[in-house]
Amino acid sequence: MIPVPDRTARPTRISFDHVSVEFATANGPLKVVDDVSYDVRDGEFVSIIGPSGCGKTTMMNIVAGFVQPSGGTVLLDGKPIAGPGPDRGVIFQEYGVFPWLTVKENIAFGLKLRANHVAATEREEICARYMRLMGLADFADAWPRTLSGGMRQRLAIARAYAVRPAFLLMDEPFGALDAQTRSAMQDLLLEVLQTEGKTVMLITHSVEEAVYLTSRIIVMTARPTRIREIIDVPFGYPRDERLHESPEFGALRSHIRELVMREYAVQARQFIPSST
Amino acid sequence: MRRVALILAPWLGIVAVWYAVHYTAIVNPALVPTPHAVAAQLLTLAGQRLPLDIWMSTQRVFLGVFFGIVLAVPVGFVLGWYRNLRGFIDPLINFFRALPPIALIPLVIVYFGIDELSKVVILFYASFFAGVIVMYEGIAQISPIYLRVARTLGASDAEIFVKVIVPLTVPHTLTALRVALGVAWATLVASELIAAQQGLGSLIQNAASFFQLDIIYVGIICIGFIALAMDIALRKLTRRLIAWQERIA
Ligand SMILES: Nc1ncnc2c1ncn2[C@@H]1O[C@H](COP(=O)(O)OP(=O)(O)O)[C@@H](O)[C@H]1O
Ligand SMILES: [Mg+2]
Repeated sequence: MIPVPDRTARPTRISFDHVSVEFATANGPLKVVDDVSYDVRDGEFVSIIGPSGCGKTTMMNIVAGFVQPSGGTVLLDGKPIAGPGPDRGVIFQEYGVFPWLTVKENIAFGLKLRANHVAATEREEICARYMRLMGLADFADAWPRTLSGGMRQRLAIARAYAVRPAFLLMDEPFGALDAQTRSAMQDLLLEVLQTEGKTVMLITHSVEEAVYLTSRIIVMTARPTRIREIIDVPFGYPRDERLHESPEFGALRSHIRELVMREYAVQARQFIPSST
Repeated sequence: MRRVALILAPWLGIVAVWYAVHYTAIVNPALVPTPHAVAAQLLTLAGQRLPLDIWMSTQRVFLGVFFGIVLAVPVGFVLGWYRNLRGFIDPLINFFRALPPIALIPLVIVYFGIDELSKVVILFYASFFAGVIVMYEGIAQISPIYLRVARTLGASDAEIFVKVIVPLTVPHTLTALRVALGVAWATLVASELIAAQQGLGSLIQNAASFFQLDIIYVGIICIGFIALAMDIALRKLTRRLIAWQERIA
């Protein structure tokens, strides 16, 4: 096994401090996040796992700058989050590839914005690089509607990467892909992260994916979501497919799966309509 | 070659049925001029008033649609974008849209007179309400995901408007334009009820007073074909401008 570096030696980049979120809905306030505290260190690859609808996307949206916590604080490099920005690349659950732009134009979109001021020649280089890296070089001028799901996913990642964000926030990025494509995409992600260190938050509901990819797993409860357990994954990088077969991997997977299943059970009980 | 034949087939079918109706005398043949009589009349009129009629009508339709769409695009955009507004404005728009232009003619004459302006106003009215609905239905369907993505990439409000909202608005604008053109041609005859000397609508009405059925047919055929030609041209343009879309609405 590759040794795991000590995480506490690194500076804190994202910190959640007693964070709660409440949404106003037609049926009154809905508490989604309840007193959540954790931090993400520089260069860490953290996954957040929990039953669907528990509040994972909401937590990511706070970091992305789309949602304000109703209580507690979230700091990014020690400062409050004012809104979305190119320092945090977001891969949305529904990709959000721009259908009116070609593959290359999609990647160039962020580079042409005033906030990122990238010179034209450099822009060409960056586009070419990420198209090559993501296997899109032959599709530079293709319309997104002609791409497969996996290719759209790679395009969304390439577009987010192109503006060189320090953080990468991924919301169930591989959920919609078939098993083979997903596995290929996971390895590609590991490979790309290996060459460009980033601080990454990955939301997933796949235990397998969380253990295989990330260095720290935050298991969330059913809504209103709290932290169930934080697990440090005892495997270093680089990782490869063989990791799936190791006994340690299997043990960790069973442990987390059990935690998550228990939360799904809690959630199922919540959904039984209360008799009035 | 095959394609041309397929396109022509239904038209030839209509002509055949037309002849059949005339010669089998299902309808009194005196009330159904033959296609060749109508064609002859068309050729005669083409050397007389027809070019000016077509010119005048096309001009009115263009002006009405132009101003209608110029107003419908921003209004439809605002209604589609600010959903809260829709609840208040929607009933208003449907109220006015339901009014048939013919019913408005007396009022239009009172307020706008009997010159070109009043005819264009009628066409403007019809185009605007047709266009605005297409526009706001389309805009309301735009997914907020694209705005979010643009923001996370660092786009300012102005950049989001120019680089995201405008491109997403183009297809709806073109559809609104097509619908408005169709509605305007359909409203043309009504608008030319207002003391028009020239125009395809006035041609039809004059012919009606003298019971010249063949001329009525010429007028109808001209309106149909011009509207069809414009629709085809617009569809071609749409395909060029929004090649990124799967289907052309
Ligand atoms: N803007 C909002 N307004 C009201 N309710 C919301 C809003 N965003 C999310 N929710 C609700 O919060 C809960 C958690 O949502 P989400 O964070 O998307 O869950 P997850 O990503 O874990 O599946 C859901 O019940 C959802 O309906
Ligand atoms: Mg989610």
